[in-house]
Amino acid sequence: MNLTEKEVRHVARLARLAISSTELSEATQALGRVLDYIDLLNELNTDAVPPTTHVEAIETVWRQDRVVPSLSPEAATANGPQVSSQMFVVPKILDRGEE
Amino acid sequence: MTNQYEVVIGLEVHVELKTQTKLFCGCANAFGQDPNSQTCPVCLGLPGVLPVLNGEAVALAARAALALHCTVNSYSKFDRKQYFYPDLPKAYQISQYDQPLAENGHVTIQPSDGKRDIGIERIHMEEDAGKLNHLGQRLEDAEGSLVDLNRAGVPLIEIVSRPEMHSPEEARQYLVELRTILSYLDISDLRMEEGSMRCDANISLRPLDYTGSLADLPRVEIKNVNSFRNVQRSIEFEISRQRQLLQTGQRIVKETRGFDDASGSTYSQRSKEEANDYRYFPEPDLPPLVLSETWLQNQREALPQLPDELRQHLAQRGVAERDVEVLVQDLNLYHYWSQVVELVPDVRLVTNWLLSDYSRLMNAKGLNFATPQVSADGLASLLTLITSGTLSGKMAKEVLEAMFETGETAEAVVKRLGLSQITDRNAIKEIVSAVVAANPAVVQDFLSGKEKALTFLVGQVMKQTKGQAKPDLVNALLREVLAAYA
Amino acid sequence: MGMIDWDAVQTAEHVQRGEVSAVECIEEALLRIESTNPTVNAFLHVDGEGALAKARFMDHNLTREAKANLPLAGVAVAIKDNMVTTDMPTTAGSKILEGFRSPYNATVVELLERAGAIVVGKTNMDEFAMGSSTEHSAYGVTRNPWDPNRVPGGSSGGSAAAVAARMVPLALGSDTGGSIRLPASYCGVFGIKPTYGRVSRYGLIAYASSLDQIGPLARSVRDLARTLHLIGRHDEKDATSLDVDTIPESPIPTALQSLRIGLPEEYFGEGIDIRVRTLIEKTLDQLRESGADLVPISLPHTRYAIATYYLIAPAEASSNLSRYDGVRYGLRVAGDDLIHMYQKTRQEGFGSEVKRRILLGTHALSAGYYDAYYLKAQKVRTLIRQDFDNAFAQVDLIVTPTVADLPFKLGERDLDPLQMYLTDIFTVTTNLAGIPGLSQPVGLVDGLPVGLQWMGPPLSEDRVLSAASALEAILPPPEWPLSGGIQE
Repeated sequence: MNLTEKEVRHVARLARLAISSTELSEATQALGRVLDYIDLLNELNTDAVPPTTHVEAIETVWRQDRVVPSLSPEAATANGPQVSSQMFVVPKILDRGEE
Repeated sequence: MTNQYEVVIGLEVHVELKTQTKLFCGCANAFGQDPNSQTCPVCLGLPGVLPVLNGEAVALAARAALALHCTVNSYSKFDRKQYFYPDLPKAYQISQYDQPLAENGHVTIQPSDGKRDIGIERIHMEEDAGKLNHLGQRLEDAEGSLVDLNRAGVPLIEIVSRPEMHSPEEARQYLVELRTILSYLDISDLRMEEGSMRCDANISLRPLDYTGSLADLPRVEIKNVNSFRNVQRSIEFEISRQRQLLQTGQRIVKETRGFDDASGSTYSQRSKEEANDYRYFPEPDLPPLVLSETWLQNQREALPQLPDELRQHLAQRGVAERDVEVLVQDLNLYHYWSQVVELVPDVRLVTNWLLSDYSRLMNAKGLNFATPQVSADGLASLLTLITSGTLSGKMAKEVLEAMFETGETAEAVVKRLGLSQITDRNAIKEIVSAVVAANPAVVQDFLSGKEKALTFLVGQVMKQTKGQAKPDLVNALLREVLAAYA
Repeated sequence: MGMIDWDAVQTAEHVQRGEVSAVECIEEALLRIESTNPTVNAFLHVDGEGALAKARFMDHNLTREAKANLPLAGVAVAIKDNMVTTDMPTTAGSKILEGFRSPYNATVVELLERAGAIVVGKTNMDEFAMGSSTEHSAYGVTRNPWDPNRVPGGSSGGSAAAVAARMVPLALGSDTGGSIRLPASYCGVFGIKPTYGRVSRYGLIAYASSLDQIGPLARSVRDLARTLHLIGRHDEKDATSLDVDTIPESPIPTALQSLRIGLPEEYFGEGIDIRVRTLIEKTLDQLRESGADLVPISLPHTRYAIATYYLIAPAEASSNLSRYDGVRYGLRVAGDDLIHMYQKTRQEGFGSEVKRRILLGTHALSAGYYDAYYLKAQKVRTLIRQDFDNAFAQVDLIVTPTVADLPFKLGERDLDPLQMYLTDIFTVTTNLAGIPGLSQPVGLVDGLPVGLQWMGPPLSEDRVLSAASALEAILPPPEWPLSGGIQE
């Protein structure tokens, strides 16, 4: 399966990576090679095979609805690159994101 | 032109569940706290954290699904829905994609042309996002935003209707009935203004000769409208906007629009031409959710009486159809009503009093039946004074108003104002005889066949007794005395 | 034999008996780190003061009886830098987490400290555990203590090198496709990747959530057993953590005669360095001579394992690494608006291999490709699991080389990511199948260590450890690099 620079640019945008044009062509090549290798899987007919999403045979793990103390707002925001009034500051939003 | 299109409306309703803790961590699920005071490593999305599902949230979600006639799937799973936004700490929302908790339910509405079921396609569980406070008036001109993650991770259910509503009124009815049903379950605060209930509407116009799939019609989604009234208004606006576009030969763009309360209009937020790519995949950190029949049975048994059951019950008790709906819509009112009916078995009397005079007084004070001003016992003893003949309807109103003002019992008010009816036959007869004797001309009129003259005589008796004589007794005695003159 | 040669069990016994103080143990480790770490660069962060304070506390405040109840009393441990600690920074080898300080400890760190172990530092690793050489760290390469021009393997290269160089007797690593066993093999130490779900992942910075497991690296099988006994516990904070009995504290002595051991033909074919093959076959002969029943088996889907792994792991990673967005912690590079801030932060914060895998994984999950890539890989994963189910119906354990070659030279595989990916070919299968795998040093060729890998069915760590212990007993004691430490 051949990968185009356009596709890689689209994927980089989805992943919020501002890759340079050099990186773009380098990545397109490297990923193309990996995807070529991955084509190997098409040797296998897996139509009747169920996917493995969890290797363990466990299900329905849930907890009691009991409150555990939260962090203090100071501790919660202690690692914040920019904090104001105990909240994380982000620059202006031009695009509402993917939501 | 207007008849060439059918309006097609589908609603997506998000409801926050009223659990003690968030969906995937032990932080308190509480509204209106200090910014970031209800957060922990898990809901902050710190490196290394893992989600652990809140079992109570599943129980509440399942009860909602059962009450909405859905099939609760014995096997469902969680998936990651991925997009970057500052209110979404992990940059993915844990939700349910292709195997939701429940499917195929309905809500019954009653448009003018008769009852109809609006299908519910699915109900799934997911975590809420945090809150952004924009530095500036609107997002569009804000210099930046402040992120508060108290709400991040609060449990939500999303109830997705089928596109089976055809007017703003039907959409309103669906929302009202949905909220009524959910309010009976007591699983959510259901406050649109606080965001514990949120609604997105999908609207398209289907040409009547269109035979293709509904999904292929250009659909406009109106996001996060903050009241039922505005949902209705925004749909109304959107229908006329789309109709106008079509009539002038323009194309409807598939997009997301917001609603501006002040102007009553919708505005474009983002074109959906470039489809979202949420890159859903199964959440590896959460094992699948497998619900046993026993567990589901327990949830079924935990369901309270639901609105439809109550409607039936009230009709059987002889409550008028119009009044049934008022009682069903306000569960606190209904509980109050049933307490009073317990004490005063005259269902019509109780219902009339409660829905007219009592409700008027409550509304005037801005109160609701969660905190009734006069206790059920208090109202019952007032109504008993009516049935026993101690008070006339008019007097009772006066007493009730006094009870509202002072908090006194009915008996105390009656005593203080000296309001009880004179029911002593001899006492009234004495006054009646005096009035007859003092008005010979009127008596003559009556005897010559003028029935109206009796009314004057009754009025005279009432005046002398300061209105306290029991009117039907006065009437009877007057006729008795006058019969002697004939 | 000096203190630096002691394994963790021996160290703990000395401390428990009061023959050595915890402070002496920690000082010994710190001195060794001081003398050898400049060459090896195993540690990203060493907290000598903090470790000594904890040791002093143990010496002064704990009674002999209290110490006797600490199975790792006074043992200096190193923690791979993708496990969060409140006392030290945690970077996962990435610039994007520079300066990050976790407000909570990983469950494994709590369990080790409760057992008397003292964390002396955080070890270097390939950024976010993506790599097989520990060359892809934002904080410089780690070198193989046997030959500083060679890689220690990865991604837990810092932990493996620290144990091999005898800076510490014990370290924790994490293993997503071989990241404990590969560096254990290249550095000549023991390392085990437990059954998926055996050890809590709470506090482990996720790379590929359905594959990641934490495990110990040490210089004896019994150290692995004791450590796994302590950290292999059910944890309510990890919904994928298994609620099963912990393994015994010591390997149960097992006669090799009683074991039926499978040799999968796919792991002994083309492409194995002849020196590695010769030494592994010599070891297999020793097993045979001791009475073990070695039988050829087949794991027919092995050739699809790397392709499967390089879809599943990057896909999950692309999701797990989205949270590094410059909003709540770590690096932020200013931008005109939100999207620019995101893009610049992630562009500068992540290294090239990490970005490569994020792109690959995002692509594999994107609209129109999910079925062909991610779903397909999950289906092949089922086939790989079934291979092992079938094999373990016939044999008790499986033995293979851990890796097909000897440690390669620094920079040798930089130019070709695919070549680097193929390094994991013998180790990824156990992650895909969720089963335990252990790498054991079986000797040196040309002065470089060779590892043998044991694999067992799910939750058979006790059997794997017993077998490894039996083999350990018939092999000459392992040698250790960088001898002539300052104590000798």
